[in-house]
Amino acid sequence: MGAQIVTITSGKGGVGKTTAVANLGIALAANGKKVVCVDGDIGLRNLDVVMGLENRIVYDIVDVIEGRCRLRQAMIRDRRLPGLFLIPAAQTRDKTAVSPSDMLRLGAELRSECDWILIDSPAGIERGFKNAITPADRVIVLTNPEVSAVRDADRVIGILEAEEKGSPSLIINRIDYDMVKNHDMLSAEDVLDLLAIDLIGIVPEDQTVLIAANRGTPIALDDKSRAGQAFRNIARRLTGEDVPFMDLDSQDGLWQRLSRLTGRK
Amino acid sequence: MSFFDRISGRKDKSAQNAKERLQLVLIHDRTDLTPAVLDALKDDLLDAISRHVEIDPASVRIDIARDGRSQRLVADIPLRSVSRRRTR
Ligand SMILES: Nc1ncnc2c1ncn2[C@@H]1O[C@H](COP(=O)(O)OP(=O)(O)OP(=O)(O)O)[C@@H](O)[C@H]1O
Ligand SMILES: [Mg+2]
Repeated sequence: MGAQIVTITSGKGGVGKTTAVANLGIALAANGKKVVCVDGDIGLRNLDVVMGLENRIVYDIVDVIEGRCRLRQAMIRDRRLPGLFLIPAAQTRDKTAVSPSDMLRLGAELRSECDWILIDSPAGIERGFKNAITPADRVIVLTNPEVSAVRDADRVIGILEAEEKGSPSLIINRIDYDMVKNHDMLSAEDVLDLLAIDLIGIVPEDQTVLIAANRGTPIALDDKSRAGQAFRNIARRLTGEDVPFMDLDSQDGLWQRLSRLTGRK
Repeated sequence: MSFFDRISGRKDKSAQNAKERLQLVLIHDRTDLTPAVLDALKDDLLDAISRHVEIDPASVRIDIARDGRSQRLVADIPLRSVSRRRTR
């Protein structure tokens, strides 16, 4: 009955938050859970197209908040999976149309409707970000193995700690294992060592992500997609399962080294 | 070594570079301490300590150490021993 609210945020834009929300939503729903994905990026609506639901939108999150429709009317059901829903962002409004207390109220009302609520945060550390993290029980910071993305992630983690949101978990997205092997990309361990928070997933750079986004069919259902597998693993870790990290560079001991790093406070 | 590597004076692989740069940037972001502030702090600290004991300013090390997500100011200040002082 009491759904968990998880917000995915990043600081830097374009690192893969919307991709992650769509795929985690699908992966959780594929395991029989009832999931509502909420697009928190007011004015820059995107989760609808990544999920392939853009043609079905009637009402959006601002309609719910301003009382023009009931909550259920704004929940678009995904026809592929019975338990998956989207509440789209408003496209013609800006972030000031929603306040953190609106989001708290929406979250409270949604909790009785489902098992999981995933909120796609906009980039940045302003109003839209505050809106997205306020109702969260758990925040996931997503980053890329790249200098500016890691720096912005660190800043966001600092803000979350200062707001007493608890320590967030980390997803490292777009790891290119060939570049890591050539020592031309920060490894997952490097990023984890720098940010020093709990790791919940590593997602490889994978062309199937873009192809799937083109079609509006997220890859979490594609057995052959490595990124899809990574997102399915993260979904299982969210539900409390202990899933080993994928041995992506087929190097022995990656998991041991990672668990040593994460085991540290 | 590629032409680009030679003109950019690059010796290490770029990942190492990224990590070292990030280590410094994150310390400054987290503590709001710039290298200039750290230098001023070091001078003040040396002044204060020198008023009570004799130290060799050149051997003093003041750094910020990282421990997970927290930083600490670590000062290593060797004291001159009394016997060495007498023989000088
Ligand atoms: N693992 C990956 N491999 C390859 N491409 C990826 C991967 N993850 C994300 N991308 C691509 O990166 C781009 C940005 O992704 P996405 O829109 O999810 O980022 P975002 O963080 O939501 O951006 P914004 O801050 O603008 O909301 C998209 O083109 C997406 O296909
Ligand atoms: Mg997005």
